[in-house]
Amino acid sequence: MSASAFSGATAATFAEAEGAARRRLGLAGYVACFKGIVWREILRYLHQRERFLSALVRPLIWLFIFAAGFRQTLGVSIIPPYETYVLYEEFIAPGLIAMILLFNAMQSSLSMVYDRETGTMRTLLVSPFPRSFLLLSKLLGGVSVALLQSFAFLFVAYWWGIQPPPITEVKLFTFYDPPTWAGTAIEKMSDPIVNTLFSVPTFVQPFLGYLTVIPAIILAGLMLGALALFISSVIKQLENFAGVMNFVIFPMFFASSALYPLWRVREASPLLYEICRLNPFTYAVELIRFALYGQVDTISLAVIVGCTVLFLAAAVFAYNPSKGLIARRGGPGGSA
Amino acid sequence: MTATDPQLGHAEKDKTPALVVNGVSHSFGDKKVLDNVSLTVEQGAFVMLLGLNGAGKSTLFSLITRLYDNVSGQITIRGFDVRRKPSQALQRLGVVFQSRTLDVDLTLMQNLKYHAALHGFSRSDATQRAKLALEMIGLADRAGEKVRALSGGQLRRVEIARSMMHRPDLLLLDEPTVGLDLGSREGVIKIVRELVAKEHLGVLWATHLMDEVLRTDQVVILHHGVVLYNGGVPQLLSQTGTTSVREAFRALTGTKASIEEAA
Repeated sequence: MSASAFSGATAATFAEAEGAARRRLGLAGYVACFKGIVWREILRYLHQRERFLSALVRPLIWLFIFAAGFRQTLGVSIIPPYETYVLYEEFIAPGLIAMILLFNAMQSSLSMVYDRETGTMRTLLVSPFPRSFLLLSKLLGGVSVALLQSFAFLFVAYWWGIQPPPITEVKLFTFYDPPTWAGTAIEKMSDPIVNTLFSVPTFVQPFLGYLTVIPAIILAGLMLGALALFISSVIKQLENFAGVMNFVIFPMFFASSALYPLWRVREASPLLYEICRLNPFTYAVELIRFALYGQVDTISLAVIVGCTVLFLAAAVFAYNPSKGLIARRGGPGGSA
Repeated sequence: MTATDPQLGHAEKDKTPALVVNGVSHSFGDKKVLDNVSLTVEQGAFVMLLGLNGAGKSTLFSLITRLYDNVSGQITIRGFDVRRKPSQALQRLGVVFQSRTLDVDLTLMQNLKYHAALHGFSRSDATQRAKLALEMIGLADRAGEKVRALSGGQLRRVEIARSMMHRPDLLLLDEPTVGLDLGSREGVIKIVRELVAKEHLGVLWATHLMDEVLRTDQVVILHHGVVLYNGGVPQLLSQTGTTSVREAFRALTGTKASIEEAA
């Protein structure tokens, strides 16, 4: 244990010239930093077996028990992207993937807020890279974990018989039903517009849905992660996960198209229908649903891209310890 | 930083202090935690920041590490303002936080490589630096072990090694020896003191343990957010007419209670 050995070696081996220090903050440095943050999230996740299991068990309970029970009571008619009648299990699978994203987003954002003054977030925040970049990398690290969880779920669902159909063409699907409060200001579309983007080589057709769902999961996960970070930074009352469950996760999940098609909701309550359509989570579900069938839902994509940009900006502002809302009220854990 | 950056490449000749804190005040709500605090850490200097719990040491560290914006006053690291040029300032800063900040589920190597990535080092460079860092603290043979398996003193040594991986000019340590047994404490102190001597970096060491002060150190006494003394140990003793730093501290702050008890 000798410090002199270190310093001798460092002087010789590192030979840190001015250029090297400058390069570290260049593009290669950003890439290294991003990879380091994402890789750490994945490593941590893989080391916490109970977290992995609980993340998998939750959607599977919905799938095996809830969906099986509701299969007979709730008939799903043929609505896009489905071209045949589908089992209820198949209908709620995209909603359950979105639920995985939502849970993961809330969990990691809460820990980011509570770790802010102690522990690992402080180590992250003394990195010389811009804070917005660090937070975005951290959110994408969380999304990577959610992506792993989603595929673990899809893998089990596959053996349960829930498989996306073979896809011959990737299509762009556009349909918008203007909200009732808009009156006649927005013209009603009579039929969806479907454009074929490209045809798919035969050998990827059987599993293409698993590939096209990846960008949808990443985008939806990022939106929910940013929203969760913003909410948990702003609302101090969300101090434990129970509060988050009651006031964020349940309302978002139930007032969406995750468990029932929205036309059914409209039959029950036009007001609730409009609420569901204001819920960004609905668009996350629909983007994933269409992506599993090799289709891009234009409206959902537009809503999610817009919301992601908005929520990211809000989250970075609210979370930034030096300027944001936490600093103004003295932090969740008070100040040392 | 630009190609004309004067701070790099001329480090030997450049006398810019490692840290300058100038007239910094900070409040939480109505409570003023720091009141017009100024101090300087020269290159190669070992500065002891003495204060009881709640004196404002941690807040000062939060401001230097830019966890909060310093609302009034100025903080520069090697001449770079932490508010205006945070990248350049933070690149030259190494920190050992009071709370444990290693991932206990990951290995030592994984922890150190993560830190290197945060400073933009490539994978191969990160591996090399991590190995050297572990050699420096005598834990090279345990690189593949999980951090959970380490003792408190070893954890601290890993954190110190980690804070040195990017070769900072300024090292901040917030109560680094709290909770360690006597042997581990001495090990930690020895490592840091050796580093200062060899690497010529400035150290700001916050503590309430007065026996960690050497006669050659610069001492800053912080009490209720106000700097009561800033200077060398001999002057401190003669000014207060005392024979030990502990007595001098009590004389200045008017605290009767034993410093150690306050921990």
